[in-house]
Amino acid sequence: MSEILKHIGVLVGGLGVTVELSLLGFVGAAVLGIALTIMRVSPVTPLRAFGTLYVEVFRNIPLLVFLFLFVFGLPDAGISFPLFTSEAICLAMYFAAFACEAMRGGINAVPVGQAEAARALGMTFTQSLRLIILPQAFRTMVQPLANVLIGIVLGSSLGAAVGVSELTGRVQILELQYDEPLPTVGLAALGYVVITLTIALVAGRVQKRMAVRR
Amino acid sequence: MVDQADGTSTPSGKVLLSVESVNKRFGDFTALKDVDLQVAEGEVVVILGASGSGKSTLCRCINRLESIDSGRVVFDGRELPQEGTELARLRADVGMVFQSFNLFAHKTVLENVTLGPIRVRRTPKAQAVEEARALLNRVGVGQKESAHPAELSGGQQQRVAIARSLAMHPKLMLFDEPTSALDPEMIREVLDVMVGLAKDGMTMVAVTHEMGFARQAADRVVFMDAGQIVETGPPEEFFTRPRTERARDFLSTILQH
Repeated sequence: MSEILKHIGVLVGGLGVTVELSLLGFVGAAVLGIALTIMRVSPVTPLRAFGTLYVEVFRNIPLLVFLFLFVFGLPDAGISFPLFTSEAICLAMYFAAFACEAMRGGINAVPVGQAEAARALGMTFTQSLRLIILPQAFRTMVQPLANVLIGIVLGSSLGAAVGVSELTGRVQILELQYDEPLPTVGLAALGYVVITLTIALVAGRVQKRMAVRR
Repeated sequence: MVDQADGTSTPSGKVLLSVESVNKRFGDFTALKDVDLQVAEGEVVVILGASGSGKSTLCRCINRLESIDSGRVVFDGRELPQEGTELARLRADVGMVFQSFNLFAHKTVLENVTLGPIRVRRTPKAQAVEEARALLNRVGVGQKESAHPAELSGGQQQRVAIARSLAMHPKLMLFDEPTSALDPEMIREVLDVMVGLAKDGMTMVAVTHEMGFARQAADRVVFMDAGQIVETGPPEEFFTRPRTERARDFLSTILQH
């Protein structure tokens, strides 16, 4: 155990990498998710079709398989990124599908009459989305989006399988070195719990604050 | 077959709205079948009919909230285009009042009324606020301007919704069963506002079951059944001497209670 504690700095560093990966992945997933959501609720059929296709593709393959494809498959096509970058891109692309569904759920929870009233006033599609629908949809989106972020944090551990040196990857190496699975893996689990509980706490706060504004 | 009793009576004056051979289906259900309707500037038309007769669909097709399968809708000399900026511009000139009010839930009463003028018409904010206050006073909810819709009664919400539409200076007002979701004691206050509007010369198309309103304010009653206009004429004539069997049946069922 004391051997492991000597390496606590390495583990904390790994936690940092995990947080970094998660934040980058989430920002990417959110931006991409917004674009997909707009496509999926737009009146233009080809855009809607593309949005649906994207979501269905990514929702139906395991993240690990996508990571393998990206990290080991793409170099064959002559495209390669550093490992850290690769995983951040994968997390963003993969979880964009889930972010899109969370946002679309929020939008669909806004009664259809709100959009009709906006259109009847002469607002364009973009105006009605921006001024009427999204502000009301945000409240219902907070918790599902927090779930997506939690999914990203936990999913980022799969980076270990392709050699990214984040929390799980470092734990794996320590475990191989000292053969003490309980303290090493236990510490990693604790690290993840601390992050995800923080996310849940913040999401609860944000949602409460938005409720008052409505 | 349709007993087309005077389905073509054309109003006098400049035609503002012209619905021409409009057809609309929802799957297997024919909601509108070869509907023709002309509305002149300043005219007040009340559409009557049993539920499922297509009257609400007709109302919603006029500003293309519902798309049509064939035929055309011409408003103010221009045919309604496909969904897009051009259609949005035309819609700005057509006010619409819904059965379920549809006030913007996250905005105050005043913001509900000023949003359209500021964002769609690009009216300067100070002017929009001033006009909105005048309109809210006119419909009798001036003291509620900083409330949110959820804090208002149904009747108050509907009056705000009318003010919201009027703030756009519409050339035509559509009312889609504006009093159907209201408690009886609130129907009066909304109808009073509508009668006032009609008296001021607003062009109106109203889907409503309020016979009192039709008698008091309508220039013409249009009776629909099974997606078709079956009979049209002045309200007094329609209510006292309906010419078609279907209109007689309809009137006898609604006048019984």
